[in-house]
Amino acid sequence: MATMTIAKAINEGLRASLENDPKTLLMGEDIGELGGVYRVTDGLKKDFGALRVVDSPLAESGIIGTAIGLALRGYRPICEIQFDGFVFPGFNQITTQLAKLRTRSDGMLSAPVVIRIPYGGGIGSVEHHSESPEALFAHTAGLRIITPSNAQDAYWMIQQAVTCEDPVIVFEPKRRYWLKGEVDTSAPVGDPFSAHVLRSGTDATIVAYGPLVPVALAAAAAAEEDGRSVEVIDLRSISPIDFDTVTESVTRTGRLIVAHEAPTFGGIGGEIAARISERAFLSLEAPVIRVGGFHMPYPVARVEEQYLPDIDRILEALDRAFAY
Amino acid sequence: MNSSRLPAAEFEAEEVVRATLPAEPDGGPGAVALQVLAADGTLARGLTATIAGEHVDFSPYLAADDAGHLRSLYRDMFLIRRFDQESTALQRQGQLALWVPLTGQEAAQIGSGRALAPQDYAFPTYREHGVALTRGVELSDILRLFRGVTNGGWDPRERNFHLYTLVLAAQSLHAVGYAMGIQRDQLADPSLPRAASIAYFGDGASSEGDIHESMVFAASFDAPVVFFCQNNQWAISVPSSVQAKVPLAQRAEGYGFPGVRVDGNDVVAVEAVTRWALERARSGRGPVLIEAYTYRMSAHTTADDPTKYRLTQDEQEWQPRDPLIRLETYLRAAGLADDAFFEDLGAEAATMAADLRQVVLAMTAPDLESRFAAVYAEPHPLVQEELRFFQQYEAGFADEGKHA
Repeated sequence: MATMTIAKAINEGLRASLENDPKTLLMGEDIGELGGVYRVTDGLKKDFGALRVVDSPLAESGIIGTAIGLALRGYRPICEIQFDGFVFPGFNQITTQLAKLRTRSDGMLSAPVVIRIPYGGGIGSVEHHSESPEALFAHTAGLRIITPSNAQDAYWMIQQAVTCEDPVIVFEPKRRYWLKGEVDTSAPVGDPFSAHVLRSGTDATIVAYGPLVPVALAAAAAAEEDGRSVEVIDLRSISPIDFDTVTESVTRTGRLIVAHEAPTFGGIGGEIAARISERAFLSLEAPVIRVGGFHMPYPVARVEEQYLPDIDRILEALDRAFAY
Repeated sequence: MNSSRLPAAEFEAEEVVRATLPAEPDGGPGAVALQVLAADGTLARGLTATIAGEHVDFSPYLAADDAGHLRSLYRDMFLIRRFDQESTALQRQGQLALWVPLTGQEAAQIGSGRALAPQDYAFPTYREHGVALTRGVELSDILRLFRGVTNGGWDPRERNFHLYTLVLAAQSLHAVGYAMGIQRDQLADPSLPRAASIAYFGDGASSEGDIHESMVFAASFDAPVVFFCQNNQWAISVPSSVQAKVPLAQRAEGYGFPGVRVDGNDVVAVEAVTRWALERARSGRGPVLIEAYTYRMSAHTTADDPTKYRLTQDEQEWQPRDPLIRLETYLRAAGLADDAFFEDLGAEAATMAADLRQVVLAMTAPDLESRFAAVYAEPHPLVQEELRFFQQYEAGFADEGKHA
């Protein structure tokens, strides 16, 4: 077991992928000499060369589009988008091309392209550097979306994304890049498209993913002081969503809070609320309550603390759920 | 102004169209289109040009003296035009949802397609039926997309001919990425046959950002890719002058690789120029942009009405430049093909069209159930759950026969 940050764990995961398969390669802006603006690819160009770690022109559609072409030639490109808000010039290639390649070819072609996107707020940055656009991609069939919340998952999930035959978007919680954790490099964590119960409880369930997982765990710990036993689920996979794990939990606890940074309207939380209402209606003691961002562009950094769901916002939602 | 008796809108429309048509249809302002087979059916034996400061002799790539080859080029152009006519008829009869005619662009497509080696890989837009023919794709498979029974139609890997792409210019980046893969393959195994990819797009698509990004990537990495732009003058109803203020071939200079404008209605020149560009790319000298200057003699698609935006007179001006008439004139004058050749070809095309019609009419819709299988390569719980629901729902109609 080694202790490392999430950023280092992804770096080590990428290194393992490059070592395991000569057909893998990294593409992105500033990922070579600089090692990426978050240094996630630090040292990889030095060890694997410019053909395996490609400093690309500054063009997101170009990165994704050429990655699709490389995949058609039998390669496994891993693209880095520098920031969440910069993915949109590549949105067309992701949604109209990458996601549909398999369907359009009646299953004859695969598009095993991985797209890494640092996402979410809390880093005090300027606009387009703190967004959570996962729902926009989750709505597109053909894509898979995962988001690790700890170093162990970060190390393994990137490798699992690379070996997956489908295109996978990995949303990396950038404000947790420096969160340290134990990594067991000898044993994978199992299905990357499954949810994990991180904390057991009997009275309510909190579902969170990515950057909000530590917030949910802290809220559950605070709730315990009030005598409430709260279960916490790390969703890990946004598409597909492991509804079975969530359903099983809610069937026992009777209450569900879904927390994410993205705006609640049209978001992943609404999808989970609707599904759980269908699957576990008779088990619910209260409506499913969503905690998330407001219907506004991500606000300026000086007020993002108020915008981002924190422990108190989750506790307030729990209060409402227990009030029914 | 002597237009007082004309309705204003009509007059303005005519003015706009006239103002935007190229002054020199065969060459365009500021660019000479390379040509060996002239509109009057005479054929030059050599072709040289200075391209990006480089003296290029295309003679080694010219098939001017190979009678059998010239006849086969004519045959391909004739068959694909007949295919186009049959497909248009099928659409008019409601058998196809839409058809994208290629009439007028046979030389650009057959010439460039025949220049490809088997190991090269072509990325078409959606009008490249002629290129598909040269790659050995079953023509009826092209109609599967337009009949609405699939979004693809053939296995791209069998013929190294990718699926059609309806989002303009998206495939240009795929072609560059594929070429970057070729580069890596050849570095890993130098004994592999040298290969290139070719990206087809039109003058309208040349305005899309992906064309720019693909040319930046291709130049930056010296990718073995040929950009083949068929400038057919019209992006649906908008003339090419709205897409570009300089001949499109000249844009290549700004990216740092050669651009060449070829007479797109001259199948011999198109083939020679494309052979040169592909060989250059395969040998590691980087990309080339070819602009095949041609004319779409028909509508953009069967949903289009060209009489609303262009003049019959302009269409008539292009008639004598017809790529088929041009080569037929030469073949007859040079004694390389006689009446029997053209009659036999007509009969072959008629049989092909009849067969095609039968195949298309026999194409049946897939079951929606089968569409669940091709969304993901690996098992996906949501797709599985929705498939189970769909099957149960459909089964509920079992007593009533098939649910419409």
